Amino acid sequence: MNFETTIGLEVHVELKTKSKIFSPSPVQYGAEPNENTNVIDWGYPGTLPTINRQVIANGITAALALHAEIEKHPHFDRKNYFYPDNPKGYQVTENDRPAATNGWIEVQTDQGPKKIGIAELHVEEDAGKNTHGKRYSYVDLNRQGTPLIEIVSKAEMNSPQEAYDYLEGLRERIQFTGISDVRMEEGSMRVDCNISIHPIGSSTLGQKIELKNLNSFNYVRKALAYEEERQAQVIRSGGTIGAETRRFDELTGKTYLMRVKEGKDDYRYFPEPDLPSLSISDEWISELQEQLPEMPESRRARYVKDFGLTDYDAMVLTQTKEMSDFFDRMMELQADPKMASNYLQGDVNAYLNDQQTVLERTKITPEALASMIKMISDQTISTKMAKKVFKAITNGEDPAVYVKEHGLVQLSDPDQLQPIIDQVLADNPQSIVDFHNGKDRAVGFLVGQIMKQTHGKANPQIVNKLLMQALNK
Amino acid sequence: MTMKVDEARTQHIASLAKLKLTEEEVPRFTEQLNDMLGMLDDLEKVPTDGVEPTYIVTDRLNAMRADVADNWDQSAKLLKNAPEAADGLIRVPTIIDESED
Amino acid sequence: MNYFEHDLESLHQELVSGRLTAEALTRQTLDKIKQDDQQVQAYLALNEEALATAKELDQTGIDPDSIWSGIPIAIKDNLVTTELPTTAASKMLTNFTSVYEATVVEKLKQAGAIIIGKTNLDEFAMGSSTEKSAFQTTHNPWKLTTAPGGSSGGSAATVAAGDVLASLGSDTGGSIRQPAAFTGVVGLKPTYGRVSRWGLIAFGSSFDQVGPLTRSVKDNAYLLNVIAGADEHDATSSQTEVPDYTAQLEQGVSGMRIAVSKEYLRSGVQPEVKQAVQNAIATYQKLGATVDEVDLPNAKYGIMAYYVLASAEASSNLERFDGIRYGFRAENAQDLDDVYVKTRSEGFGDEVKRRIMLGTFSLSSGSFDKYYKKAAQIRTMITDDFQRVFEKYDVLMGATAPTTAFPLNHESQDPTQMYLNDSFTIPVNLAGLPAMSIPAGFSEGLPIGMQLVGKPFDEATLYQAAYAFEQNTDFQQATPQLGGQE
Ligand SMILES: [Mg+2]
Ligand SMILES: [Zn+2]
Repeated sequence: MNFETTIGLEVHVELKTKSKIFSPSPVQYGAEPNENTNVIDWGYPGTLPTINRQVIANGITAALALHAEIEKHPHFDRKNYFYPDNPKGYQVTENDRPAATNGWIEVQTDQGPKKIGIAELHVEEDAGKNTHGKRYSYVDLNRQGTPLIEIVSKAEMNSPQEAYDYLEGLRERIQFTGISDVRMEEGSMRVDCNISIHPIGSSTLGQKIELKNLNSFNYVRKALAYEEERQAQVIRSGGTIGAETRRFDELTGKTYLMRVKEGKDDYRYFPEPDLPSLSISDEWISELQEQLPEMPESRRARYVKDFGLTDYDAMVLTQTKEMSDFFDRMMELQADPKMASNYLQGDVNAYLNDQQTVLERTKITPEALASMIKMISDQTISTKMAKKVFKAITNGEDPAVYVKEHGLVQLSDPDQLQPIIDQVLADNPQSIVDFHNGKDRAVGFLVGQIMKQTHGKANPQIVNKLLMQALNK
Repeated sequence: MTMKVDEARTQHIASLAKLKLTEEEVPRFTEQLNDMLGMLDDLEKVPTDGVEPTYIVTDRLNAMRADVADNWDQSAKLLKNAPEAADGLIRVPTIIDESED
Repeated sequence: MNYFEHDLESLHQELVSGRLTAEALTRQTLDKIKQDDQQVQAYLALNEEALATAKELDQTGIDPDSIWSGIPIAIKDNLVTTELPTTAASKMLTNFTSVYEATVVEKLKQAGAIIIGKTNLDEFAMGSSTEKSAFQTTHNPWKLTTAPGGSSGGSAATVAAGDVLASLGSDTGGSIRQPAAFTGVVGLKPTYGRVSRWGLIAFGSSFDQVGPLTRSVKDNAYLLNVIAGADEHDATSSQTEVPDYTAQLEQGVSGMRIAVSKEYLRSGVQPEVKQAVQNAIATYQKLGATVDEVDLPNAKYGIMAYYVLASAEASSNLERFDGIRYGFRAENAQDLDDVYVKTRSEGFGDEVKRRIMLGTFSLSSGSFDKYYKKAAQIRTMITDDFQRVFEKYDVLMGATAPTTAFPLNHESQDPTQMYLNDSFTIPVNLAGLPAMSIPAGFSEGLPIGMQLVGKPFDEATLYQAAYAFEQNTDFQQATPQLGGQE
């Protein structure tokens, strides 16, 4: 029996606003436990929520980036359930009328491009965080109220690779809007999967299984592939798939039963009476449309067409919005496109890897890098000197100032170089003889002597040219 | 009057609300719930086709605040009020199940 | 000093002139409360720091421009305060002190008022007799064997007893107006959104409003002046301008168009209550108002819609009382679910559980459309009924409650019958309108209350109509003789 796979994904994206969705407490990583909490975040009796306008704006921005239809009258509902990280006993979310519906993401498949549907996108509040000890669990409410966008795909993916590509596409587009860092490792992007299989030809879908605890796109792909195989084996050996939630174990690469779902959960949704109605104006939507940053595929096309870069280079430069913005800024500063691209992919990426950081958290600026590349182009500095200059740039120094202060300016003026060359030739008559006897090593020796005289600042190309002219005279 | 809620349903509703009813309370609450629902019988007969429901009463529309962070510095007092706390965290008996979001 | 011989303006004069100090007033108030409360039991907490606060105020000086400066006020104990415990009369919040203060309390303090104590109520404001308090039973000062009404029974009783000039209550389905009627005081439920709910422990979020209870209409208007207004902490609080509610008090009712709802003539309404409304109609006509009978065809569904919607909201609002972050946590909880179930089962009283159960039921899977949505549609129909009336009339009048105060221990027998007691007040909360109860007669020594309902944010006209009535009748002059009725 052969099977067809159906996958749907629910992705939670944490927004990087300054304050929480319903309280003015700061949104900030790495704070002391409960440091960024107030009476609202603790669900104190008598407290009320207020809506952070930026969160609503970000929801619209995400909808625009995902080609979704924006709801003009979204409203918040209460989703009721008891849990220690859920201080009010309900989560405020958009259930009935979400921020947007009917979006899509395009992925490449063996059969060509495929649009994967997004059923809906809703804005909601995150819960706090529980940590577990032996006898006790502990609750930190810092994360409580952090704004989230939940993006629910349609069940339209048919392979783990498609799911992977959908996530890549989603991450990329959201990242380019600038509303979230979308970093799985930092928890600002979280993925839950639903997967079912059914015999090829059958028109009814199989029982879906929910997968949790997926900490990278690779694990998503692995877990889904494992689950495809496991479910097929169960069915082939005469078993049935029950409704359950399974956990992926990174060490074994397998999924394990977390809990069996008994009946449907009853969240008793109803409209949140503490929040006034919203009406999203066309003006606001167009304003946000205008502010929407250029999406990656458009940037890639531009890089190939306008700057003559390869498809590969264009792809690497659009890995993140920050990298792409950085490159665009360098282009505004008239830096050589190929050199800018090479530096970003080479020295800059090596530095980021070495420092285990991302571009926007370093001191490297497009102005500095563009200035350095210009100095290389006009031969003010050599590529060898550029290594030192780049290091200075990573320390936040101005390359022009650095080059001047450290005397790194290349000696390229023939009028200045000629007397030095003449002197070196006068001091080394034997080398001239050797040269004429066909010993090539003599040239290297003479160049070395000239470089020594100029403390390494002489432009090697000019030196070579002038030296050959002198020797051949 | 027909029974709308049996004792099993009463127990289920109680469990959703995290209430435990004693043996004596189950029939009592079932009866009271049925009394209430009996009173609501007329509700079903009211013609409401095409009437917009009123869920929110305020006269305000689009009441939103600017995205400005303001830490009210209440965490120490809040922790002091918690029945159990340790190292800046709220303490509860070990959680076995996983959360929803 | 005797509050029965003073109103706010005269007391303010005493304080400003220095004939009376805030400290002396506060001491006398505390003494009187302690004495009366042996019988009335209106208070869950008394503010012993009030003396020091008053003394400080005497030193900095009574503010001649703030009429509440130095005046003691009582606060219903479902409004959170930082200096006094807040219990909502529930075991769930035994010994709970809030980390923040309700906006209305902050505004009163700003105006120089002295918070004298926290008053008793039905647990989480769910009830009509104040007997559902987990801690004590408040007695009606007019007759100690009767209930003061509820849920703001403590706030009403202490004003009626002459312990304070004013108090704050809250009204979800009649919880200010019905106790005001039962105790012969003036109680106003403002338009939904007129007063901030920040710090009011939520019962039915789309119904709840904080409002003033006083002995006189004018004092009531003065108190609304202080507490009304938009609040950045409450997104449902209105930005409609706040007028001076005392400004048009004396304009009379000549030419005013008053509607009277036929509801008060219904069976089950005490004959003396009917008579009092008829007398009031005559009074208003004599004063030059036109009075017509009107019909509110959907008002009769109000109770049903209210119990579905308010209980549903309550079931959700009370989920936060789980023993995790504050308040009561049950002993000997073995695991997390135990913490929830034991805490909530031991912490909530019967009435609260009953409403949680009903609310949970009406929101549970399969019930939403049948109950919650249906009730919300009826809410729209009732609101439309009122709107039609107010297209032609300035004020709608009727009885506040079908009866005068009922005996204590009378209520619990039949909950559905009890709910009927709120049938005149509830439709007003569904529509979010302002309404007040003012004294309009007596039956066997117990006060009768008359209800006036107004257009949204038109509390000023309500006060105008109420003031004219008060000035031309003498019901407000009567005072209870504490302990003397038996
Ligand atoms: Mg979900
Ligand atoms: Zn979610």
